[in-house]
Amino acid sequence: MAEAELAVNTQLEAIVPDIQNPIVTVSNLNLYYGETQALFDIDMQIPEHRVTALIGPSGCGKSTLLRCMNRLNDLIDSVRIEGVVEIDNDDIYGPGYDVISLRRQVGMVFQKSNPFPKSIYENLVYGLRIAGENRRAMLDEVVERSLQAAALWDEVKDRLNDSALGLSGGQQQRLCIARAIAVEPSVILMDEPCSALDPIATGRIEETIEDLKKQYTIVIVTHNMQQASRISDYTAFFYLGRLIEMAETSEMFTNPQLKQTEDYVTGRFG
Amino acid sequence: MERTLDQHLDHLKGELLKMGSAVEESIEQAVQSLVERDNHLADVVEEGGHNIDDWEVAIEEECLKVLAVQQPVAGDLRLVASMIKINYDLERINDQAVNIAQRARLLNQMPQLKPLIDIPRMAVLARGMVRDALDAFVNRDVELANKVRKIDDTMDALRDQIFRELLTYLNTGMSSTVDQAILLILVSRHLERIGDHSSNIAENVVYLVQGRIVRHQKEELRAGEE
Repeated sequence: MAEAELAVNTQLEAIVPDIQNPIVTVSNLNLYYGETQALFDIDMQIPEHRVTALIGPSGCGKSTLLRCMNRLNDLIDSVRIEGVVEIDNDDIYGPGYDVISLRRQVGMVFQKSNPFPKSIYENLVYGLRIAGENRRAMLDEVVERSLQAAALWDEVKDRLNDSALGLSGGQQQRLCIARAIAVEPSVILMDEPCSALDPIATGRIEETIEDLKKQYTIVIVTHNMQQASRISDYTAFFYLGRLIEMAETSEMFTNPQLKQTEDYVTGRFG
Repeated sequence: MERTLDQHLDHLKGELLKMGSAVEESIEQAVQSLVERDNHLADVVEEGGHNIDDWEVAIEEECLKVLAVQQPVAGDLRLVASMIKINYDLERINDQAVNIAQRARLLNQMPQLKPLIDIPRMAVLARGMVRDALDAFVNRDVELANKVRKIDDTMDALRDQIFRELLTYLNTGMSSTVDQAILLILVSRHLERIGDHSSNIAENVVYLVQGRIVRHQKEELRAGEE
């Protein structure tokens, strides 16, 4: 295909791969902030036990879409959502759907680490305590397991009762990942989890993500193109509220199908 | 938007093309040294070979630097990857030209066995292949690249024809005749190798434009023709 033949039209249907084992299915999703439409007809599937990166210039809707996957947008009054988001075949916007159980099923890690002003231990068991779990042995086990999974155990095991706020930025972010894992979600959403971290801490988080995908499905929003190419299995490119192209990451970064995608990943615009 | 990366890529492309022209000239001079029995031209080709070697190293180093520092992806990545390979093939083509010049110097010491017909024909084709392959690279012209790949078959056929023709001389048992025949067979082999490397360059053009690796897919090319 010569360059001139590459499609540029945003009106065309997005190019999406065949996903064998979707855990999240988004169908015909439209989202409005008041009068302004932020997402247009999103149809996509997130494969289970894989890392899917959402990329695109600021304002393209990638974070908004991520927040649709655990109904965080519900907290904003002016938001109106049409369409279907299914997780494990349940429509999470369906009537009678239990949002509390959704939050348990879908964990979230934010751009800025947000540990509670409590001990490391209490940060991790907070969710379980709320759910009524108070058996010490059980809590101890969860703390160790989730810290191990987030590759933080060796660094903090001797000071579990110290304040979480005394940890470094990178450690705090891994604590937030551990806290998300503690309630055993099936999907973990990450909104630019490394943007405030130095390269070493970023590397640690990326290694953690690589390990986590064996048990969890990860959807990550990132502005760092190299990060998307390093850690994700699939990459979805968004522009102006539309899904433009989604493909296996190796394909996206060697031979994207659309010129728009090519221009974005090569830094020509965006 | 002009990116820093574009400046590096443009510079690299320019260097590669300059090297390509020098390599084309080497082929021309090497064959001329044989046809016109001109040892001086053979020297020129051999000396030029060292410059090409240095050039190749410089281009490869710059490509690697661009990979490390700019981390190109998608079309940019394919361009750098193609240039690394094209660079290598051009240098190998030049080695073949130097080989021809060396054979020519030996042949020029002997009385001419027969007028050369097919070897100059192969030489014209070989130069054309190099030029067309590089033009296809510059213009991202897959059609032209595929044309180059097809000519490679003609080159193979000519090499076989030259071999069959010279086989009769090999059977004469006269040592100077046999020596000459062997040298000419080698020259045809060098020209045919130039065709192979040009064909590689053409395949890299297809990869650059379409992202498909078409090496080892000659059959598909022929099938597409029918």
